[in-house]
Amino acid sequence: MNANVNINLGEYIARMEEACGEEKDVIVHFKFEKKDEAIGKILKKAKMEKTVAGVIFDLTYKGLSIRLYNTGKAIIKKAKDKNQAQSILAELLS
Amino acid sequence: MFDPYKVREDFPILNRRINNHPLIYFDNAATTQKPRQVIEAMKEFYEKHNANVHRAVYTLSLEATELYEEAHEETAKFIGAHSMEEIIFVRGTTEAINLVAYSWGLRNLKPEDEVLLTLMEHHSNIVPWEILSKIIGFKIKYVDVDENGALNQESLKEMLTTKVKLVCITHVSNVTGVINDVKTIAKLAHENGAMVLVDGAQSVPHMPVNVRDLDCDFLAFSGHKMLGPTGIGVLYGKKEILEKLEPFHGGGEMIREVSFDPKTRRCKISWNTLPWKFEAGTPDISGAVGLTAAIKYLKALGMENVKTHECSLTKYAIKRLEECSKITVYGPKSVELKCGIIPFNVEGFNSHDVALLLDSYGIMIRSGFHCAQPLHQKFNISSSARASFYIYNTREEIDQFIETLKEIEESL
Repeated sequence: MNANVNINLGEYIARMEEACGEEKDVIVHFKFEKKDEAIGKILKKAKMEKTVAGVIFDLTYKGLSIRLYNTGKAIIKKAKDKNQAQSILAELLS
Repeated sequence: MFDPYKVREDFPILNRRINNHPLIYFDNAATTQKPRQVIEAMKEFYEKHNANVHRAVYTLSLEATELYEEAHEETAKFIGAHSMEEIIFVRGTTEAINLVAYSWGLRNLKPEDEVLLTLMEHHSNIVPWEILSKIIGFKIKYVDVDENGALNQESLKEMLTTKVKLVCITHVSNVTGVINDVKTIAKLAHENGAMVLVDGAQSVPHMPVNVRDLDCDFLAFSGHKMLGPTGIGVLYGKKEILEKLEPFHGGGEMIREVSFDPKTRRCKISWNTLPWKFEAGTPDISGAVGLTAAIKYLKALGMENVKTHECSLTKYAIKRLEECSKITVYGPKSVELKCGIIPFNVEGFNSHDVALLLDSYGIMIRSGFHCAQPLHQKFNISSSARASFYIYNTREEIDQFIETLKEIEESL
């Protein structure tokens, strides 16, 4: 967790898992009741690379690719580990 | 006449909508949904018959014991075992394989011996043997597969020397759905003095399986992949082999006697009869009741009908997937060689992307290694998406799946 960012990730995130497979992806499930707020915050801070019909948003933030789904899920691609993904999310959601 | 639409009426969960779409459940190789009959049987057990099994004399315990033993008998009949003595209830396929590894392997394998596995095994049929190999020092050999994931028969024959004491092989690959000819493999193994353990997790729920016909020494499978609850699985073992084995778990129920000797100040222990000597502690009684209901449900449908339905869906899905130019399907295309499992990747997306995208449309598939990393390495892919079918899936669902995949392709 980034020490400079004061945010309780548990407020927004229901679950984070390192995905199975060679790709070091972290799958994020936002809390249903907070998903729209979380998506809004992330879209404000991350750079939009591409959107598919408002369902998927391909974003970049600090060198990491993030694919965000309007269903309240996200894949943080090639994160070093779960801690790095948490750090990035803390910045995006603050 | 097998009617998947009629079958669907028995599965309450299929009425759900996910992300504003009707649920399409295509992750049946991971676990299956449960029919009302299984849910009701378990509910009735807790509402009317709940008690611990064996050794109590009161009515409820006798009822629970009868239900628990009936589950062993039904399971024995379902796979063609000689009797319930050959049916050990465990938590699932993984525990069943571990039981063989520790009860048989730990005491019988020697450093100079070999255990034969294949590159298409699920991790649960690799890891216990790798752990044991580190303890004992025996050699593990992996039989290769071809570019479609089919077993290399010649390689198997070459590797099957008299040093091999056990062949551990999956009946059906959980990644490609490839069906292995375990009957022929068992014959070859026996001719060379080796025993055979078959991982039936993906075969027993989907096709008729008869252990006497296969002549395997052990067969492992899970209840939750065949409409039953999670937490109960089965190890079949030939009676004459099980009788010679020492237990894996120790505790109550699996013993006949634990007598304290005041001279040595130690306890002398003798084992219970089969299958109980392998079932230490209070078992998963409600799970067994649920498994009975699941088996009765499948028997009523007919396992040949189950197989035919899945083959038909698989053939249809593979044909329709050919319409998608950016999709690569792995494994054999011929449904005669495989069960209802289709692994694939979409160009430009990793498997988790595909699974999350399909989830947005209410379609549940699996992504990743599917606990079979060596096979993915063989295919030279970092992961795969996997659709797997069962009795309640329909062609309309496959149409929806294909149309959604086409949308994903177009979004590239």
